[in-house]
Amino acid sequence: MSEIKKIHDLLTSKQISCKELTEKYLKSIESDNGELNAYVNVTADEAFAQAEKVDAKLSKGEDIGLLEGVPMTVKDNISTKGVETTCCSKILTGYKPIYNATVWEKLENDGAVMLGKANMDEFAMGSSCETSYFGGATNPFNTKHCAGGSSGGVASAVGGNIAAYGLGSDTGGSIRQPASFCGMVGLKPTYGAVSRYGLIAYASSLDQIGPIAKTVEDVSIIYDAISDYDPKDSTSQGRQGGMTFDKVNNDIKGMKIGIAREYLEGVRDDVKEAVLNAVKVYESLGAEVIYFDMPALKFALPVYYIIACAEASSNLGRYDGIRYGFKTEHYNGTHDMMCRTRSEGFGAEVKRRILLGTYVLSAGYYDAYYKKAQNLRGTIVKAFDDAFTKCDFILAPTVPMTAFEMGHAVSDPIETYLTDICTVPVNIAGLPAVSVPCGFNDKGMPIGMQLIGNKFSEATILNAANAYEKAAPENFKETKWGVKL
Amino acid sequence: MKYELVGGFETHVELSTNTKIFCGCTTKFGGEPNTHCCPVCIGLPGTLPKLNRQVVRYAIMAGLATNCEIAEVAKMDRKNYCYPDLPKAYQISEYDKPLCEHGYIELSNGRKIRILRIHIEEDAGKLVHAHGDTYVDYNRGGVPLIEIVTEPDFRSTDEAREYVEKLQQIMRAIGVSDCRMQEGSMRCDVNISVRPEGSDKLGTRTEIKNMNSINNIVKAMEYEFERQVDVIESGGKVIQETLRYDDATNTTSSMRGKEDANDYRYFRDPDLVTILTSREEVEEIRKTLPELPEAKKQRYIEDYDIPEKDAALLTKYRKVSEYFDEAVDGLKNPKTVSNFIIGSIFRRVETEKDKEAFDVTVSPKQLKELVKLIEDKKIQNNLAKKTLEKMLDTGKSCMEFIDESDLGGVDDSAIEQMCKNAIDGNPNAVADYKGGKEKALMSLLGNVMKQSRGKADAQAVRAKLIELING
Repeated sequence: MSEIKKIHDLLTSKQISCKELTEKYLKSIESDNGELNAYVNVTADEAFAQAEKVDAKLSKGEDIGLLEGVPMTVKDNISTKGVETTCCSKILTGYKPIYNATVWEKLENDGAVMLGKANMDEFAMGSSCETSYFGGATNPFNTKHCAGGSSGGVASAVGGNIAAYGLGSDTGGSIRQPASFCGMVGLKPTYGAVSRYGLIAYASSLDQIGPIAKTVEDVSIIYDAISDYDPKDSTSQGRQGGMTFDKVNNDIKGMKIGIAREYLEGVRDDVKEAVLNAVKVYESLGAEVIYFDMPALKFALPVYYIIACAEASSNLGRYDGIRYGFKTEHYNGTHDMMCRTRSEGFGAEVKRRILLGTYVLSAGYYDAYYKKAQNLRGTIVKAFDDAFTKCDFILAPTVPMTAFEMGHAVSDPIETYLTDICTVPVNIAGLPAVSVPCGFNDKGMPIGMQLIGNKFSEATILNAANAYEKAAPENFKETKWGVKL
Repeated sequence: MKYELVGGFETHVELSTNTKIFCGCTTKFGGEPNTHCCPVCIGLPGTLPKLNRQVVRYAIMAGLATNCEIAEVAKMDRKNYCYPDLPKAYQISEYDKPLCEHGYIELSNGRKIRILRIHIEEDAGKLVHAHGDTYVDYNRGGVPLIEIVTEPDFRSTDEAREYVEKLQQIMRAIGVSDCRMQEGSMRCDVNISVRPEGSDKLGTRTEIKNMNSINNIVKAMEYEFERQVDVIESGGKVIQETLRYDDATNTTSSMRGKEDANDYRYFRDPDLVTILTSREEVEEIRKTLPELPEAKKQRYIEDYDIPEKDAALLTKYRKVSEYFDEAVDGLKNPKTVSNFIIGSIFRRVETEKDKEAFDVTVSPKQLKELVKLIEDKKIQNNLAKKTLEKMLDTGKSCMEFIDESDLGGVDDSAIEQMCKNAIDGNPNAVADYKGGKEKALMSLLGNVMKQSRGKADAQAVRAKLIELING
């Protein structure tokens, strides 16, 4: 059952006050966050202030919205007014935004209770959450494993029951991959469906904010709340075709599911098996499965790393120690100050991507890398356009494997880049995709699959995901951590 | 050997929109440091630019006024460089798809200075050195600019001066900028090279920055021309570099060489969408463009019979020509109005800045009223001139200074009688005139004017005198 609805019922039936509920979560954070490391900043005062407002409404007998009073978390790259927002980078330590990201503005107005800011890879660059200045978040299914990344803190908090849901961001898989690793549902919306205003940019043409939650219904409730046209974001278009929530319980009989063979290449056997089992579930629900090739997908990884790093090298230029955040202590003049601030303030992975991005945009290399990548981006977009003439959505593994052990990802960055193979095409093409748990490996680690839809077809993929969730509830498991409702 | 100067201009013009190019902050000049700012224009993490469509409109107006083609599809790019006054570490500009291209401005010698492109971009903040430290003021950050780039079409400093003046006049006339060089709302960088006269090859160029007046531009170009000629004459080679002009010493000095040039790593700004401009919109904007100074000047010359020099003065400042247009409306003799403006009024509005503002105590309507009296032969020119001075002193209308008795001209028979009196009373002057002394007529004329207490029309008196003497 939807976690959000469950909490909503508890609050409206007065079985628990919002203050008590918030206290319960904060206590669990106190006891469990030491090991999960999902939160980098707990905002108890703000949470209680919000909870009091909800309780005041409830005591007056007023109606509350579905998200009102529900404790949640926000990834640390989403600007929250007055609350330190660091992107888990040393260079932004102490930075408190003077404005709210549009998504948080919306949720705060809806009465969401933010418990704190969630851990992430530094500037969302990483696949294990371990490039975080504050150390990586661990996996609630086995804390020797990472939570994934970059939105590892959100996935760990939701999987560990120390948040009912959370907002993450997905540039090359950063919502779907940790959701998959932690057995959660994660939606990367269509590019432009959710405002990016206030999301601290990693790669502007790929970044998109989305929810991580326990169930597909939860994800659709949150998606409906945050997707909207925002005049502050020129690239925003908002949700199209009304609410998704009332469209996720429809029959999927006759739906066409596409499987691109490339997505199954190089995928570990246990993952492949779980995904193919899910295909069988869909067939049993009356869906039709078609197989095809998408050779353009082989360009996706290099295209992603060139475009993402190029944009990042420009987006991260503003961290110079002059206006906010960390500033080096000893320096000779402005230039030296900037150099030292960046040398000391950025971690190794961020420096690596800034260097890569600077290189591919440099005079003499631009055509060979950036321009070529942009052209191939068009090729990939077209390949998806073609695919969606044949099927309603594409089914694929989210990640070729299950959660890495802690320390593994950072030891070999290039091998780690390769594990993004299944998630990056969606960002390149600006498509929506939802990752859903579809099994466990022999060590009990969750396996995820993703449903990739055409632009603005969130309702379609969420409906199909929900049908699967109902048909295979055994893949949605609780962990030992956190609040027991 | 004789050398020829070859010059090109890159001119930044601040657009006078109310708000900045990517946010709602005011574009007002000055203000307490960092008070005209918001999260967007100081580039706080997570903020996004939103293009002010008025900026596009103004740039299109500038493009149309300089005979440019307007792009149906344009885009904005990031120009990456790191400097404390640039809070995002990139300037949003247009790299390879500018809004306007292929225009020109025609000079009085008939040569056309080709405009390569006009693109829109954001201004940077300013460093302030005070109390032994450096501070940054971001008030100017995000103020919209257009950059107008010419081909290397200048062959003399006279052409450069005229181009800058014309550009100022055009931008002011269409109302997109006040183009004040002193305040930095117009900034010119000049590329200069020299070559032997008659050659069609381009020499190595230098770029001069930091000139805050037209006179300085001319002086800097003259200095740099001489310097490059000296370098070549003494067997050296001109080095491609960026120079700073120092007006105190009237010299240029090196800011940076070619090898220090930034690699700006231009790429399309992913935060902004394509700028689409329909042909209908361009035509709609074209229709709203006011008459440009050059066309106005021609109209004054042809329709009003105003000398070219005066027409140029009237059209140099937008407010002056507006004043003139309003005052002459319905009059038969615009030339009188022009003479009054360029004579009496300009004596009181001396500086460039004052002429630009053209805040005159006498309204165009009041001036028209005065000139109408002359046209109707109710008063004559001299009295009108004196009256205008009094009007300028007080701001009151002409009727405050003209007695009923002054009004009404002197009729023809009275003039004839007065002329006869003058001829009869001054036989010597008559003889002198008959003997060829043209000047002698002036004393007769003076005599008649005296008799009429200045009310007679001097032209008519003169004609009558000649008629009677030659009679």
